[in-house]
Amino acid sequence: MTLAAPSLRVVLDQRQGPAFEADRKTSLLRTLLDAGYIVSCNGEEGELAPLDASQLLVLREGTAAEDQEAESTEGQIPVTFRGVRKLDADAVLGLVRELQGSTAEPGDWKPWFPVIDYDRCTNCMQCLSFCLFGVYDVDEDKTIDVAQPEKCKTNCPACSRVCPEVAILFPKYKNGPINGDEVQAQDVQREKMKTDISSLLGGDIYSMLRERHARANTRFSKERDEERALKERRRCLVKLQQELDIPEEVLAQLPSAEQILEKASRHSSPRDGSS
Amino acid sequence: MSCSGSRILYCNCTYARVVAQETKAAVLDGLAQSGVAFDAVPDLCELAARRDPALERLAAGDSPLEIVACYPRAVRWLFHAAGAPLPEDGVTIHNMRTEAPETTLATVLGSETEPTQPETSS
Ligand code: SF4
Ligand code: SF4
Repeated sequence: MTLAAPSLRVVLDQRQGPAFEADRKTSLLRTLLDAGYIVSCNGEEGELAPLDASQLLVLREGTAAEDQEAESTEGQIPVTFRGVRKLDADAVLGLVRELQGSTAEPGDWKPWFPVIDYDRCTNCMQCLSFCLFGVYDVDEDKTIDVAQPEKCKTNCPACSRVCPEVAILFPKYKNGPINGDEVQAQDVQREKMKTDISSLLGGDIYSMLRERHARANTRFSKERDEERALKERRRCLVKLQQELDIPEEVLAQLPSAEQILEKASRHSSPRDGSS
Repeated sequence: MSCSGSRILYCNCTYARVVAQETKAAVLDGLAQSGVAFDAVPDLCELAARRDPALERLAAGDSPLEIVACYPRAVRWLFHAAGAPLPEDGVTIHNMRTEAPETTLATVLGSETEPTQPETSS
């Protein structure tokens, strides 16, 4: 039998038959969690999350001969029982994978994406204008939404740095308040000072580069050359990178000026007249 | 132990190193040794990104819920992002990024569990 991939719930069952010895239980838990499986441990005390449509794979410290298949009390959820007494943690993982029909290795994608604190968000749309990769959109109520988290660039927290309300979190970021730590008054002050950078960027990163380039041209018109222009652009990008903590590879993937302008005109006033 | 009547949810933060390895190991070990029932997920962030329906089950129920993960503000809005908001009351979030494992385990398994709001507990 093959279990469906997304909703498998592995249960380490202590209630029937011999209990898992504590160290073995820890080892099984760690192995299954590291491999990306949801695990429930029942026990003498406490309770588990309720049943839902997820398929259950119940592992017991019995032998394979005691395996059985049964229906849940509702008769809707397939439950598979397996005795794993003679199996070490890796063998148990192999069994779970085999039953699920999966060979996928975990960790292909580091779950890195913005999470909005709607208690703070004012729906100003700066993040939407700023992000050039289509992570943000508006929902049917014209409220900002993280529509495509998987499009976010790993380790880039730049949109959180341009949010004037410190409302964007990246739970896996190193520092607060972006990692979800409480927001202090000085954090808000600091972010407000950055709005000039964000509007500049939100408008068009290239216009800033062009402006700086033009200024450089005026100043050094006589000695203008390709190399100087390139240096100026590089200096500008380094400054942005430092200000907003943008990884280099993200800067390298910036869309073209035409794409940015097209996006800016599409989203110029998503929520008419309100903020 | 105070666990009868409350639920425990442990997040293993599998896909990043934001929670110290030793802290995760000590907390997971403590929960396993205690013999109490608990649910464990590999990575709440990953489940939220996929809007996995498991989060609805994990947020549901009338019993008080003890979540062992990271910053309460992050955890709360992750559930919200997945369309499975946590109840306003009865949820305590323990932060393995800042709390010593002994403190977390003592509160989760001990008799002096103080219910706190997700926003203020850390
Ligand atoms: S920039 Fe911040 S306040 Fe503005 S819509 Fe985005 S999350 Fe909300
Ligand atoms: S919720 Fe916190 S502890 Fe859990 S995976 Fe996300 S960052 Fe890690």
